[in-house]
Amino acid sequence: MKQKDYLKDISEIKNLMNKSSRFISLSGLSGILAGIYALIGAAIAYYLVDTYSSGTLLLDGWIFRTVMLVLFLVALFSIITGILLTTKKAKKNGEQIWDSSSKRLISNFLIPLVAGGIYILIILTQGKYGQTGGLMLIFYGLALVSASKYSIGDIKYLGFIEITLGLIAALFPGYGFWLWVIGFGIMHIIYGTIMHFKYDIK
Amino acid sequence: MSIITNINKLFDHRIRLGIMSILMVNEYADFNMLKELLGATDGNLASHTKALEKAEYIKVEKQFIGKKPNTRYSTTALGKAEFNKHINALEKLIHIK
Repeated sequence: MKQKDYLKDISEIKNLMNKSSRFISLSGLSGILAGIYALIGAAIAYYLVDTYSSGTLLLDGWIFRTVMLVLFLVALFSIITGILLTTKKAKKNGEQIWDSSSKRLISNFLIPLVAGGIYILIILTQGKYGQTGGLMLIFYGLALVSASKYSIGDIKYLGFIEITLGLIAALFPGYGFWLWVIGFGIMHIIYGTIMHFKYDIK
Repeated sequence: MSIITNINKLFDHRIRLGIMSILMVNEYADFNMLKELLGATDGNLASHTKALEKAEYIKVEKQFIGKKPNTRYSTTALGKAEFNKHINALEKLIHIK
């Protein structure tokens, strides 16, 4: 074998290791859109709270329920957009959408996220909603870090940023809303744009 | 000379190198997953897994998922060590020349 063959061997090894263990067809564009949905959702929530309540949220009030519904819709639309765009990209890359790497990615992402979601719902029913924004950021960040081993490694850094923002929100619950806007809105848009130019456009 | 001796003849084939690469980063892989990733035919893949199994570089487990037989492969400690040696040797060869 010549040197050229050894080089080819090494690059083939790297390629197979990545392809077999990581799902890399995540779409950057879906991150941008998720960020925009979050900003729209936050704007609606801000408007509702600002117009109809005097700065305090009542857990059993209609405003609170509407805000929860808006949050739910933001999450739902983000997931649907993510699935649609990622499927499209996977098809273009010739990557299987539902193989062992994407299954592992999803389960590692969902475990911290679902645990966190349930925890947040439990403390909400106990009336402790001052920490909700921070907790959402922290658990989402942990989910990203945990999933990053099975996808583009870069999402780990987004995870670290979300965790940091979450901890800051825990220290200053008064800014929870704005940190949530930064974490879920602005960071998604920035990150999605970086991913889009780094991986999508080739 | 020591570099050349670390080049493992058993890995001197695209499919075998591929099988080992996949198994190094995955706890296990089944026959179909290997086949898809490597783009090999059944017979071809089977002969290479057999060679690696004989050298005790990989472990083969046969089981049933429902009624379908399923063969899954994983690396042994020996296989991992040999593969690492092989990769180091490859890298050294590239840097020397």
